[in-house]
Amino acid sequence: MKVLVTVKRVVDPYVKVRVKSDGSGVDTANVKMTMNPFCEIAVEQAIRMKEAGVVTEIVVVSIGAPQCQETLRTALAMGADRGILVETDVEVQPLAVAKVMKALVDKEQPKLVIMGKQAIDDDANQSGQMLAALLDWPQAAFVSALAVNGDSLDVTREIDGGLEKLKLKLPAVATTDLRLNEPRYVTLPNIMKAKKKPLENIKPDALGVDVAPRLTTLKVAEPAKRSAGVKVADVAELVAKLKTEARVI
Amino acid sequence: MATLLVAEHDGKQLKPGTANALTAALKIGGDVTVLVAGHLCAEAGQAAAKLTGVKQVLVADAPQYAASLAENMAALVLSVADQYSHILAPATGFGKNFMPRVAAKLDVAQLSDISDVESADTFIRPIYAGNALATVQSKDRIKVVTVRISAFDATAEGGSAPVEALAAVPDSGLSEFVGNELTKSARPELTAARIIVSGGRGMGNGENFKILEALADKLGAAVGASRAAVDSGFVPNDYQVGQTGKIVAPELYIAVGISGAIQHLAGMKDSKVIVAINKDAEAPIFSVANYWLVEDLFKAVPELTAAL
Repeated sequence: MKVLVTVKRVVDPYVKVRVKSDGSGVDTANVKMTMNPFCEIAVEQAIRMKEAGVVTEIVVVSIGAPQCQETLRTALAMGADRGILVETDVEVQPLAVAKVMKALVDKEQPKLVIMGKQAIDDDANQSGQMLAALLDWPQAAFVSALAVNGDSLDVTREIDGGLEKLKLKLPAVATTDLRLNEPRYVTLPNIMKAKKKPLENIKPDALGVDVAPRLTTLKVAEPAKRSAGVKVADVAELVAKLKTEARVI
Repeated sequence: MATLLVAEHDGKQLKPGTANALTAALKIGGDVTVLVAGHLCAEAGQAAAKLTGVKQVLVADAPQYAASLAENMAALVLSVADQYSHILAPATGFGKNFMPRVAAKLDVAQLSDISDVESADTFIRPIYAGNALATVQSKDRIKVVTVRISAFDATAEGGSAPVEALAAVPDSGLSEFVGNELTKSARPELTAARIIVSGGRGMGNGENFKILEALADKLGAAVGASRAAVDSGFVPNDYQVGQTGKIVAPELYIAVGISGAIQHLAGMKDSKVIVAINKDAEAPIFSVANYWLVEDLFKAVPELTAAL
């Protein structure tokens, strides 16, 4: 069974981003970039399924600037078989991601698509569900466990009050939550090997997909800063402050 | 202009987020219709009709809506979507699951997790874990929006809107509900709690969360956790507060043994009063705290519980 996995290149989650002074966006120049953590979990899941003999081929896809090749190479070094870069300079919004992926699914015919539940830059949490809708496939969003069982997919999802188990008809789209797995580190020999793995470069036009953004960002601002707090000496002072100053208890 | 708000409920009562999302819907302007989809959910429909400002309630009562499966929820919303200029749902696990399906089928963008309404086509939403606020405009014919419930006050009761039945769409047959394991707790839900006590990696293990639970019970608070505590297996994932967990803004948030990673701050920094207890005087959590105590949590927390 073939699996398609998406990987997004994002600002490193441990970097505190700065809003540009002209309010046009956040400053991403000279900032450390990395693979979106949830996409890493998606790649790891596909590799584990391949190691278990369930998956035969893992194709990783990234959409964006030429530098996304680095993100794809990381996924290949982790253990994916083949990469596709859909290269574009425009800001690719979730609906466009879903349309590009739909075109690639039509071409590659995978049984399963695994995506991160959310990218830590735009925090949209949309692409996987949108792709499932465009394909008329079932979806398992926010999965913490996943197993192929004949023609169906048994999943456990993280929901607000706990966990939910679903059975989906394959083919399907799954989006990963944190506890699905712990991604492996890439090793130097595997980085060398990944350089020889095939990586195809295509343009959205070649897939017949319009990736023009639908939403216009008018302004990006910094959130209001919290006023500086006070250090309390002990529990007694804390209780007194909460009772008389903050009046919350 | 007309807005459809998809209610989150348990069949009898509305989940608290529904009344908060309604506030966002009313701010957009235009008539608001609330859709209650479920199985044996007439009571929840009546509850929705009581919310102030609601023009009409639609109840779709059928077995295929019992588990809120994304495929069925989306198909139902799509069956009436063309009558509305805006479709809203709370940005909870419920709304996040099916709303993007609705947007994709309508070939419109979705505005996720909005924290304010500027106008009928312009909204504010946090990006980069809340470290930036984007003002975003949509020119699509229908705006599909999920609402950050902690950013809007709940609309009070005081209305009596007419309730009508909405025909169900046949089951998609694509997915099937097998079961669930819900965290059993007598404490309030995280997203609805007035006070939250959260623990981080500093708790050391899951057993030690008992001292937080004792404090929470004294305060009538919910118990939360940082991603580090969840990753370490101390507590279940549904305790998680942060960028990728629950976003909360209670009146009082007590962070215990939490260093204050960017992604955790994203989930709680809009709380009205923040208390941090950490033995590390350099912990970043202190930068957002109103009151901070540099002390060993295993000494401070039982002391605090005893003092209340």
